Amino acid sequence: MSALPANPLAPEQRAVSMRDLAWLVASLLIVVAPHALRAPWWITLLAAFLYAWRIQIMLSRAPLPSRWLLIAVAAAAMLGVWAEYRTLFGRSPGIVLLALFSGLKLLEMRSQRDAAVVAFLCYFLIITNLLSTQSIPTAAAMLVALAVITTTLVGLGAPQRPARANLRTAGLLLAHAAPAALVLFLLFPRVPGPLWGLPQDAYTGVTGLSDNMTPGNIARLVLSDAIAFRVEFEGEPPAHRLRYWRGPVLWDFDGRTWTAGPTALTRFEPPRGGAETFRYEVVLEPHNRNWLFALETAASLPARSHFTADGQLLAHDFVRDRRRYAMTSIAGASRGPDEQPFGLRRALRLPQGSSPRATALAAQWRQQSASDADIVSRALKYFIEQRFLYTLDPALLGRDSVDDFLFGTREGFCEHFASAFAFLMRAAGVPARIVTGYLGGEPNSVDGIFTVRQSDAHAWAEVYLRGRGWVRVDPTSASVPGRLDSGLARAMTEGAALPFMLRPELEWLRGLRSRWEAVAHRWNVWVLGYNTERQRDLMAFVGMPDADWRSLTATLFTILGTITALLLAWSLRRLARPDPVQKAWQAFCRKLAARGVKRAPQEGPRDYSERAARALPRAQRPIRSIGALYIALRYGAQASAQGIAELRRRVRELRLT
Amino acid sequence: MIGALLERYPQLANRIWGFTPPEHGVIVLVHRRVYILPTRLGWMFAATLGILLAGSINYALSLGFALTFTLGGLGLAAMVHTARNLARMAVSSGRAEPVFAGESAQFRLHLDGRARFDRPAILARHLGCGAQLVVSIAAHAIGEVALAVPATKRGWLPLGRVMLETRFPLGIFRAWSYVEPDARCLVYPRAEHSPLPRSSPEATAGAVRALAPGNEDFTGLRAYQLSDSPRHVAWKSVARTEEMLTKQFSGEAAAELWLDWGLLPAGLGLEQRLSRLAGWVVAAERSGARYGMRLPGIEIAPERGSAHRAACLQALALYQLP
Repeated sequence: MSALPANPLAPEQRAVSMRDLAWLVASLLIVVAPHALRAPWWITLLAAFLYAWRIQIMLSRAPLPSRWLLIAVAAAAMLGVWAEYRTLFGRSPGIVLLALFSGLKLLEMRSQRDAAVVAFLCYFLIITNLLSTQSIPTAAAMLVALAVITTTLVGLGAPQRPARANLRTAGLLLAHAAPAALVLFLLFPRVPGPLWGLPQDAYTGVTGLSDNMTPGNIARLVLSDAIAFRVEFEGEPPAHRLRYWRGPVLWDFDGRTWTAGPTALTRFEPPRGGAETFRYEVVLEPHNRNWLFALETAASLPARSHFTADGQLLAHDFVRDRRRYAMTSIAGASRGPDEQPFGLRRALRLPQGSSPRATALAAQWRQQSASDADIVSRALKYFIEQRFLYTLDPALLGRDSVDDFLFGTREGFCEHFASAFAFLMRAAGVPARIVTGYLGGEPNSVDGIFTVRQSDAHAWAEVYLRGRGWVRVDPTSASVPGRLDSGLARAMTEGAALPFMLRPELEWLRGLRSRWEAVAHRWNVWVLGYNTERQRDLMAFVGMPDADWRSLTATLFTILGTITALLLAWSLRRLARPDPVQKAWQAFCRKLAARGVKRAPQEGPRDYSERAARALPRAQRPIRSIGALYIALRYGAQASAQGIAELRRRVRELRLT
Repeated sequence: MIGALLERYPQLANRIWGFTPPEHGVIVLVHRRVYILPTRLGWMFAATLGILLAGSINYALSLGFALTFTLGGLGLAAMVHTARNLARMAVSSGRAEPVFAGESAQFRLHLDGRARFDRPAILARHLGCGAQLVVSIAAHAIGEVALAVPATKRGWLPLGRVMLETRFPLGIFRAWSYVEPDARCLVYPRAEHSPLPRSSPEATAGAVRALAPGNEDFTGLRAYQLSDSPRHVAWKSVARTEEMLTKQFSGEAAAELWLDWGLLPAGLGLEQRLSRLAGWVVAAERSGARYGMRLPGIEIAPERGSAHRAACLQALALYQLP
């Protein structure tokens, strides 16, 4: 007995056609193209060359390149990647290598098994695009890629089938995959990552405030239109001039730069006094630092965060994912008058000999004033009277930055005002510090959720007044009153350069952006921000308040089982109409029965039609022909569509009267 | 594991589900007789999902989870679709034309899709001999496969067990089912070429005149036998094919001929006798003579034509078989 022939459905036995290759290359292009511009140019070219080479081989029916040549190309590519990135691991080199290897895999693709492996690799490559962005357009592109790759796989199995039918099958498959995908997304127990050390380049290129302030760096930040965080208020939102979002507090000044320096953690205690209480929820964009922003003055502490002595909220970990937290703040409340003597000494320290004219001015105020509060109002009056120019693009300042600003350039942005004010206070003997954060934020016209952008970044000052504690003083608002009650755009001096989106004539564009951002916000909260906590909320909502991973898994499997059963039921629907031959024959029998010739249960079609022909001699020829045709169609080798149509026609045209 | 077990002992499956082969008439592949298991590609697909899941967890990629779970759902859907590609199909067998032993019986199977959708890439494979064919069945259509099963022995050759298999649409699952339709093919004895018998005494005694191989008209070639005259050997043909053939001539074309068991040499075994007789039937029909056949207990009156030939050969095929 010789060996049985191989199974022709096994992918190892099936050759790859030109159509399969075209679909595979299309799949690869869709998933690799987004990386093409980010990768070094020679890698993009090399990958494109490898794909083109494979297509050329297919077209010319040339043999595949030898294994050694491929190994040489792979080694050269790895060497090149190493030269480019100085490593083969990590995110960017990893993606680049995968893209190159997909091209090499194409070049050693002999059977459909290899083709399927490339298709699976394409599925995998989709996720590499999600590392940089997970926006709605990315999700749409992901769906397109899924459809194309799935069509490729379908096409491998059915080479003769038209591509459109394969595309339809892929669409149907994906539609049937959706319910299970949704349930898995909602109920699959989420493990907080990471499972292994993240590469060092995982969080690069995020914008936000930093722990120091040099003249000009907030002005630069303001040019960015990126969203810092979004806030949803419960009830009435605070007025614009109350929307001070407190961030890093800066204590130490070297004449040009304010830095945060060491901070002491302390137990959180609610503030005293204050007028209005605001409850709200913040969705903070990742900024790779640990500040959590809150409306002044914070009256609650978010989960997994610390409170510092100078009133900052610090997350336990750097904020690297979008983070939600609920907050309560009381406008105008105070932390009380106690401050460590060390802190007060620190809040008076100034670099030796820096900005002598400003120091002299402060000394003069000290002499003329009865109290610290008096000095503060003198200083504010000074800022109002001196009419400084508020601009995003101020002249550069020298080593004595405060003197240069106050007596030289006289133009600046919020950090110039805050810095000069705090300097003057310290020089006059009033403890002062800088607070950075955001001022304002605009409600989205569609969903009413406030969006605070990097362009709302702001710096202000706090002074320590005996008996009252730290009090917020915003010299920018004294000098440029418009800044406080409206956005940056209104406050800017006429003709000054504004960030593109802040220009007033682009109202319609901002409306469009509002709409888009409202959708994007929901996407961020419900899709991208879906995590263990939201999962718990959901389970509590459906009546399982303390669901652990076991009950989640059980629920998950129950629902998945139901979905499978529903799919099976769908596939078990009555698949076809009753046999058309049988249907025509039954119509024939009914017609004869109406004329009194009933078919006996055991009577075969030949006997029956013969008996009927004899009983109804005027129609004997059509009756006999129908009987013969039925027998031929029913018991013959093959029922042709033409034959069925003929039988139907003859039965329909049979006249027995 | 279950799949491997079923593959090795396909009768197990039928025993479990209560189908006793062979089955008569139209066999509908109801869902419970369609088996399904992941293929090797399926396991690779699962491994891809595992890597995607780990990556999604590690980088906390919400869309990565969405991707992974969509592919998971795709696997589930593919399982149902693969089973559907086979399920509810109706299998029936067509007529298999009789063959001589040593040839291949062509069994025709009709695969009635009975569905609004098409059923691409369905493999029909004969488990015994490995004869196989891949068909695609259009919507509302019937596909036909012809499986060539070698016929070694005379008598009825049952079709035996046929596996129907599909991996469509994604190739990550393999659905299969076994059918054993009640189809059989008549296998005639191997036809041995030998000179037609000389007229037997009782045949010539009656009115019936035997057809005696004469020298008048050339009627064909047959295998050379030691007793043949060298003058009758077809030397041209020998030079061409290196096979010894003897020219045959008939004296009177319209003669009647009895192909009689009793004319066979006494030393021949049963199968050899039947083979010789089958060869005679074929030769006699080709010569255009009227011929009858006598076997112990069976006599077929002289006649000619394909129906007569078939009747004679069937009698030989089934002679002394249970």
